[in-house]
Order: sequence, then C-alpha cells, then structure tokens
Amino acid sequence: MDYQVLTMGAKTGSLPRPKKNYLNESHGFMSWAGTLDHKRIGIMYLVGVMTAFLLGGCFALLVRLTLLTPTHMLFGSKTPILTAEQYNRVFTLHGAIMVFLFIIPAIPASLGNFVLPLMLGAKDVAFPRLNLASFYLWLTGAAMAIGAMVLGAVDTGWTFYTPYSTTTDGPVTLMTSAVFVLGFSSIFTGLNFIATVHKLRAPGMGWFDLPLFIWGIYSTALIQVLATPVLGITLVLLMLERGFGIGIFDPRIGGDPVLFQHFFWFYSHPAVYIMILPGMAIISELIPTFSHKTIFGYRAIAYSSVSLALVSFIVWGHHMFVAGQSQLATVVFSALTFLVAIPSGVKVFNWLCTMYEGNISLETPMCYAISFLVLFTIGGLTGIFLGTLSTDVHLTDTYFVVAHFHFVMMGGTVTAFLGGLHYWWPKMTGRMYSEKWGRTACVLYTIGFNMTFLTQFFLGSKGMPRRYYNYLDQFQPLHAFSTVGSWVLGLSLFMTLAYLLASLRKPMDAPDNPWGGTTLEWQCSSPPIMHNFEEQPVVARDPYDYRPVKVKI
Amino acid sequence: MSTHTEITHSHDGEAGVAHGSAIYVKTLLALLFLTGITIGASYIDLGSGNVVVALIIATIKASLVVLFFMHLRWDKPVYGIVAMAGFLFLGIFLMFDLMDQETRNYYLPQNLHRTEVPLTPGTAPAAMTEILPDTSATGAAAAPAPAAGEKAPEGDKK
Amino acid sequence: MSTTSVDLPSHGGHGDGHGAHGLDNPHHQHHFTTMEQQFDTAKLGMWLFLATEILLFGGLFVGFGLMQQRYPREFVEAHTHLVRWQGSLNTIILLISSFTMVMGVQAAKTNKQARSALYLVLTILCACAFLVVKYFEYAHKFEEGWLPGKFYHATGDSIPGSHGYATFFAFYFMMTGLHGIHILAGIGLLSWILMRTRKGEFSHTYYTPVDLVGLYWHIVDLIWIYLFPLYYLIQ
Repeated sequence: MDYQVLTMGAKTGSLPRPKKNYLNESHGFMSWAGTLDHKRIGIMYLVGVMTAFLLGGCFALLVRLTLLTPTHMLFGSKTPILTAEQYNRVFTLHGAIMVFLFIIPAIPASLGNFVLPLMLGAKDVAFPRLNLASFYLWLTGAAMAIGAMVLGAVDTGWTFYTPYSTTTDGPVTLMTSAVFVLGFSSIFTGLNFIATVHKLRAPGMGWFDLPLFIWGIYSTALIQVLATPVLGITLVLLMLERGFGIGIFDPRIGGDPVLFQHFFWFYSHPAVYIMILPGMAIISELIPTFSHKTIFGYRAIAYSSVSLALVSFIVWGHHMFVAGQSQLATVVFSALTFLVAIPSGVKVFNWLCTMYEGNISLETPMCYAISFLVLFTIGGLTGIFLGTLSTDVHLTDTYFVVAHFHFVMMGGTVTAFLGGLHYWWPKMTGRMYSEKWGRTACVLYTIGFNMTFLTQFFLGSKGMPRRYYNYLDQFQPLHAFSTVGSWVLGLSLFMTLAYLLASLRKPMDAPDNPWGGTTLEWQCSSPPIMHNFEEQPVVARDPYDYRPVKVKI
Repeated sequence: MSTHTEITHSHDGEAGVAHGSAIYVKTLLALLFLTGITIGASYIDLGSGNVVVALIIATIKASLVVLFFMHLRWDKPVYGIVAMAGFLFLGIFLMFDLMDQETRNYYLPQNLHRTEVPLTPGTAPAAMTEILPDTSATGAAAAPAPAAGEKAPEGDKK
Repeated sequence: MSTTSVDLPSHGGHGDGHGAHGLDNPHHQHHFTTMEQQFDTAKLGMWLFLATEILLFGGLFVGFGLMQQRYPREFVEAHTHLVRWQGSLNTIILLISSFTMVMGVQAAKTNKQARSALYLVLTILCACAFLVVKYFEYAHKFEEGWLPGKFYHATGDSIPGSHGYATFFAFYFMMTGLHGIHILAGIGLLSWILMRTRKGEFSHTYYTPVDLVGLYWHIVDLIWIYLFPLYYLIQ
C-alpha cells in the first residue's frame, strides 16, 4: 500500500476539476432568483452589499468633498456643493446605508452564508428557504430605503433620535420601516446560522473542533437573534409616536427622549458587535493560514468571541453619558464598558502570538489582516478615551468619535471583509486575482484610510463637532487633508473592484487550496459542486493542525 | 433524563407516547386554579405587593405552560436555554432602564455643588426645577428627589 | 478529493446506524442525515424564533413598566376602565385553547389524525371566541374615547390634562393589538395545518409543522398570561 506524506496545509489543486459546479449547474435568471443553495444566496448577498457599499461610499465622498473648504464651494463657483439641508440628508444616507444595508449583513450574510456550511462539512444551512427569504427581506428593505431616498430623504442621522425624528418632515416612517424589515432579515440569518452550527456539523466535529470563523459567526448570530427584536419594537414605537403621539419618547407629550436612546442602543450597541465579531472571525482564519502555524490560544479566542457577544449587551449606556442619563447609570455603564477591552485584548494578543515564529507569507489577504491589526488596535484604544467619563465629556459628538468608530467599523470590519473577500475569492469564483494589484490596493487602502481618519482624531480633540456643516477656518487644513485621504481610499477601493471583476474574465485557474488552509472549505473543489462535497467529510484533527499527515494514495 | 429524552424524540412507533393526556388535563386544571387565585388576590389590597403577587403567579403559570404544554420537561435542555436567554436579556434591559429612570435625581457627591445655586422659588433657572423636591407640578418625577438633599453635606469634600 | 476522509478510522456512533431512519420519507430534505436531525433542527429554529418573540413583546413590557413609574396615579385610574370579567374570560378561553392544542399535537404524533383535526378545530374556535370578546372590549373603549395618544378624548379624569391616560391606552392598544395580530396569525397557521391534517399528510413519522405551530400557540398564550394581571387586575 502506498502512502504519501502531505502537510495538512499543502497547496493542492492539480486534481481534475469536476465539470459541474454550483455556478454552471443550472442557468437562467430563475435558477438564481429562486435558488435555495447557500452558495448562490451568499453570492447574491455579496452583490447586494457591495452595491450598497458603493452607494454609501459615494455619499461619503460627497460629504468629504463638501467639507473641503469652509465655504463648501469649489473653483470659484457661486453655489455650494451641498446646501446645509442636503448635507444633513447625505450624511444620514451614508450612515443608514452603511450600517443597515452594508456592514451588518456584509460578512455574515455574504461570506458567512457561503463559507459556514462548507466549514462545517454540511450540504447547506439548516433552513435554506428561510435563507432565501432573508435575502428577499434585505432586498425589500433596500428598496424601501431607496424609496425614502427618492422621496426626499431623511435628515435625522442614522440613529433616528427623538424628538427630532418624531417632528421633522420627510419620509421618516418609510425609512424606519425599511430598517424594521432589514432587522428581520438579520434575525433570520442569525437564527439559521445558530441552528446550522448546532445541528449540521460534520461527523467528528465537536464544539472545539469548529474553525474560529464559525465561533465568531455563531456569537454574532446570538446577538442578531437576541438584540434585533428590540430594535424592531423601538422603530414601531417611533412610528406610532409620529403617527399617534403615544407619548413615550416626545417630551412635549410626557415622554422621555432618553428612553428612546436606551431602546435604540440596547440593539445598536450589540449591533456594533454584529459588525466587528465577524471581522475578528475572518482575521482568526487569515492569521494561522498565512503564518502556516497552529492558532495560538484556540479556546481563548473562541471564548472571547462569545463573551464579547454577552458583554456587548450590558454597555449600551456609554452612548448616553451626556444625554441626561442618571449619573449612577453613567458610572455603572462606564465601568462595564472597560470589560470590553478584556476579550478584545485576548484576541489581539493571541493573533500576535500566532504570528510569532510563524512562517508568514504576505499574500493579499494577510496584508489586509496586518492592516486590520493596526487599525483595529488604534480604534480600540481610542475607545478607552471615550469610555472614560471625564474625557468623554470633552470628546462627545466631536470628530474624535467619528474617527473612533470609523477605525473600528471600517478599519476593523471593512478591512477584515476585504481580507476575507480576497481569501475566499478563489473558492467562490474559481479564479485567482492579480496578486500585484491586490497588494498595491491594500497598501493604498491603509494609507488613504489613515489620511482620512487619523486626521479626524486631531480635528475632534481640537473641538470640531460632528455632523456640523460649517466649521472655523482654522480647521480647514485638517479637513482638506482628510478629504484628500478619502480620494486615496476611494481610489484603492475602485481599484479592488476593477481587478476583482477583471479576474472573472479569465478561465478558472484557482487551485482547490491556494493558500494552504486547513479548514474544511479548502477540501472541496474551487468552485464547489452543488452539494459542496463529493463525500461527507469526517473530522478527526484539530482545525488548525499543520502537522504532516500520511495519506493513502 | 437523557434516555427519556430520546424516547420522546423518537419518530418510530408508539414510544413517543411516554406521557399520556392525563398530565395535560392536570396542567389545565392547575392553570385554571391559579387564574382563580390571581383574580382573588387582586381584591385584597397589598399596596405595591399586588403587582408582585400577580407577577409571581403569572410566572408559575408560564412555567407550567412551558414545562408541560411545550414539553420542556422532557425535551433537550438546549430549548430551555434558548427560552431562558430571551428572558435573561429582557431582564438586563429592564434592570438598567429602571436603574437609570429611578436614579435620575440622584447626584454624585462631587457634583452636588449644583444645589448651591440660590434656590429662592421662582428665580431658579428652568433646568434647576427638575432637581428640587416638590416643585414639579405633577409630582410624578419627584419621588426620589429628597436624596439629593440628604447627601448634600458630603458634597464639600471635592 | 478530501484528504482527511481517506485514512481515518470510520467514525462510530454519530454517522452510523441512522441510515435507515426514515430517509424514504417524502418530507426528508437532502441536507439532513436523518429525519430525527431534521426534526430537532426545526424545533431549535422555532425556539430561537420564540426567543425573539419574547424580546419583541418584552420591549413593550419594559416601556409599559417605565411609563407606569412615571404616571403611577394615572395608570392605576386608567386600569379601572378595563373590564375585569372580559379579561378573565379571555384568559380561560386561551388556557383551554392551549390544552386543545397540546391534545391535537399528541393525537397527531400517535397517528390519530381524525382526533387531531377535531382538536385543531376546537383551538381555532377558541381563538375566534377570544377575538370576539376582544372586539367588544375595543368597541367599548372607542365609544368612551379611551384611545391611544393624540386621539384620546375621554372626560372625567381626576388629573385633567395629564398625558398619562393617553399613554396608558397607547400601551394597552399596542400590546393587546400586537397580541391580537399574533392570534390572527395563529388562526392562519392552525387552518393551514388543519388542511394538511385532513389530507393525511402527518403521521408519527412526520408531524413537525403541528408540533411547531403548537409551540407558537403556547407562546401566544404565555404572553397573555402576563398581559392579563398587568392590565386587568391592577386597582
């Protein structure tokens, strides 16, 4: 009997590729629109969220362009780029689209949908029809949001704070209904993933054999299921306050506007972890794969994901330190907020320890992972300033906050999303992209990002308030620098779009396991066949075991 | 317990009938009885205790429904954990909201210099009336206000 | 293809021994190994959904509780406008419907489809009776002007001009209304499984929808168990 010694992470792919895969199994519009296959639904979600990202990104560029000069005019023109009202609407649209249409569904619903069953060795998610329904709810919500945009847009900011949102003109009700529908899309995705992880693991795969990506997505799903219903009821109350004047949030009719913020942030703070946990989940895959080394502290990372999800539920009051919340609550929430640092720190140090003495190869996904480590750490550490009461009073509602959450949301989640997209792109499409362009774009992205947002820390600490249309002349150099940074950032993202799309024109050339990954998704072909695996995989090794294995040939 | 679980879960044969309809009849009778108790208890004036009694009885009734009608008594524990998670996070939500609302008029010692503003009725700025006891017209929000006064002597330390 | 699956000792327990478990069942979906796994998964999904229902209603309970703290006197006074016997009657109706539901599920899984259908019909009748009582309650509130928010126009309150009354009835209509919507949805679901039962689609090998609708119906009952004392029994 012949044996061949293979390293588990060995790059394989010379196998004859099966003629049929999930992309060419069936054709036509209906074969996609009515599909129950998690891979196709993942791809449809990917197209959807990328479109939303493009739209939200264009609004961001517009906001930055408006802030280029204190007069908001360019080249001696007599009219501002945006009027103050338009400016309010555009930044609201930027926020609402990025949060609800892009970043919340981005990683779980697109990459997660595609990869999660593959990593579990399953044929599909637990409820394929619910999965499709979730996508159509997302689409409905997106259509409603765009409808609200056409009808004149909302100028409340993405947080819909009362009493402004209950009294302002504009299609607030339509916009909040859109968010309500999107919330249910998110609940269904989360519910589906929890059931899938519980019930559809491959034979031999125990809870601590799960890849860390699954742990992250599972923790995210817990938040989606447990927090989102409260957002739903909050928005219903908001709409009824507008329509019937029920007197719960509007102080003129006996309500309490701070109560709205409690309701809103009970969801929206955990939602921050719906955004960042999947990002961390991707990084936990990228780092061992490209360090070619077993992950350091597997259980610590797994537990830190779940504990982040739980801690996220008890810190929401830190959004309301100066909003009129009681001082006792403020102190309690501030103290609890520092708990967040523990699991986050556990993750970062474990990733660093994984890289230590690893055999690191700097392919594009790893470049994004390293970029993530830097940006996320800055974002996380500046969070400590904001969680501390005395400094927060000075920094509340300044650009410091804007910079902080962009470092976490964009520097963290979007960077990880891009890393994950590049990591699984060969699996999803069967094609390799240009490594040269990939790395260039990643470097450009990191530079542009820091130009845009590092600057805003300085602006904020000097007192530039967020959301303001006008600013003092002395802030102009920093604003201009930030705007130029946004162009660099935009350029890198358009570049990414271009070379990824260009790769689709080539014939399929990706090996099954281009990076030497050890998790199950690298054991099916690229792209996978309709039912994922030729035969049911059985798990008997740790998910990040890079030791050589004897294989019968 | 675990063997019992498997029996109720089996889709093969009559093994699923581990518990007959008698247990359901008993549950229904218990629920109706408790409904009578809770209606009766509401006629006795216990002050704020009435709500507590009503909620305790409601929780017993809810537990009966969940344990017997919804089969958690015999089912896998994971379903119970899911349901309890719902109630747990609801409890967290309620607890912090109540904590905030009920302590809005409490001030930390180092902030008590606020009350050193001259407090002649009618000259206090509008925002100040909020923290003064018994000046609020409805009286609804004034209940915990005296605490601010009680703590006042400590305020000079900072 | 799969490098790990080649050389491994065959994995006992989990994968083996289930091969014959109802895989010829027409309701079996391809991505499940056994019918049992499929049933458990569906049930877990349902329980997760029920947890979201608890939190959805829970938000309203929290709002109600906080508003009660703000307007204790108005709320107690407004409570007296609710008719106690109507609430009690509806409680009894829902408890009985929960009982008939669980009997229906029990009958379905022991292959007594005719009896199951009978119990489902009884459950639907209870649900309709609940809504009839609710109709009379609502009609009374409408007549007296005890309406939510800015539509409130009742007279004779002991604290004239307070917003507390309007807020109380806003919560009353929102919570019982959302509950009523769930009852309506429940009637729809019950009718759907009744039709499938009549067609003989369920048996001891496959009764998942009956079981899940049962769980849903019980949670609707459970929410009412809390609504009833909080609204009707406060004096």
